[in-house]
Amino acid sequence: MTHLSEDDLVLLHYGEEAGPDAEAHLAGCAECAERLKALARMLALAPSPDVPHRGEDYGARVWERLRPQLEVPEPRQKVVPMRPRLLPRAVSLLGLAAALVFAFLLGRRFPDQPQPLSAEVRERVLLVAVGDHLERSQMVLVELVNAPTGEAMNVSTQRALADELVSANRLYRQTAARSGEPALTAVLEELERVLVEVAAGPDALTPGDLAELQRRIESRGLLFRVRVIGSQVREREKELLPRAATSS
Amino acid sequence: MDDATAVAQARAGDSEAFRLLVERHSRALFKLAYRMTGNEHDAEDVVQEAFLKAYRSLDRFEERSLVGSWLYRIAANCAFDVLRRRQRRDGRLESLDGEDAPEPQAEAPGPDRLALGGDVRRHLDAALERMSPRERAAFVLRHFEGRSVKEIEVALGMDTTAVKQSVCRAVRKAREVLLPLTGAVS
Repeated sequence: MTHLSEDDLVLLHYGEEAGPDAEAHLAGCAECAERLKALARMLALAPSPDVPHRGEDYGARVWERLRPQLEVPEPRQKVVPMRPRLLPRAVSLLGLAAALVFAFLLGRRFPDQPQPLSAEVRERVLLVAVGDHLERSQMVLVELVNAPTGEAMNVSTQRALADELVSANRLYRQTAARSGEPALTAVLEELERVLVEVAAGPDALTPGDLAELQRRIESRGLLFRVRVIGSQVREREKELLPRAATSS
Repeated sequence: MDDATAVAQARAGDSEAFRLLVERHSRALFKLAYRMTGNEHDAEDVVQEAFLKAYRSLDRFEERSLVGSWLYRIAANCAFDVLRRRQRRDGRLESLDGEDAPEPQAEAPGPDRLALGGDVRRHLDAALERMSPRERAAFVLRHFEGRSVKEIEVALGMDTTAVKQSVCRAVRKAREVLLPLTGAVS
């Protein structure tokens, strides 16, 4: 008598079609029925992963990040005070980041193809852009961390800047991850969380909100890490300068 | 406004209607993406990417489908892409994803340690990490999400045989870490 295979048992457990006559065999075979029960007991132990909580406002935050990519106009009440000035800058910043990243990846993907710029030059251009991005991000972090505690704060300027930086940060982070830069990726990941939080938050922070934000920035040493990685990026940029000048 | 109406209005250029879909379905997609990728940041990217793809393919949405299922399929496919990119990035051999690939050697701790430790979740996480993208995606969708083989085929763009094989291979890997525990709890 040929018993059911392990795979047949798995498929039967999940209520899927197994091998020919598998169900008929199972009905008449106590041994296979017992094996199926054992499999079910084993799989019942497999717990569903603990999914990090996302609050009721999560969808709104996703929309805030998504909207610039869909080229959907800002809601009217947000446009009036600052968007006419900032939006073109944000679009140009993101466009620049995207172009740099694309050029960088293109060079990595097709290294043997003739390129107008050498790998060193392309890498340096990207490093300059990332360095600038980190400096601008530092400005936001410094202003938030140094704000007086126990007072409400109007963060509309920081919020607008964070809003500009989020999309570019995402591109740089993805590029860093693909390029095997774990330290830079980790800092950009952490930075992005804070930027998204600031960008999606209100213009006016209560003392409690501000204290919580400061605690988040300080507890993980984010400002320090951004400074360190920023200076490392600048160092690498300098190292590439002589080679880039000769190879372009 | 129901989902179908929101899609129809979004197609006509009403971004607020699409916003409604994003706000309504983001949490469900995040949950799926996190289960498939096991990484919070990747899951965020999957949600973002899924809505972007959905927005760009609004014209291809078939009205007889459920909007939630359509978004779910797009997100599952995006998460599958993340798993495959991660595998390439980690430098693993693509052949490990093939049906003829050898089973990786078990790296799970022995039964004694498992029984003593009792940390099922941690060991299952280790098993999930050892699964190929196909196996992990198919297993998560079948086991945690309760999706049928037919639904998984559509979501991941695989044929029936490949889905079934992937689920079975994934279960074998999960079994290596879970089997010693069945004795401990029975």
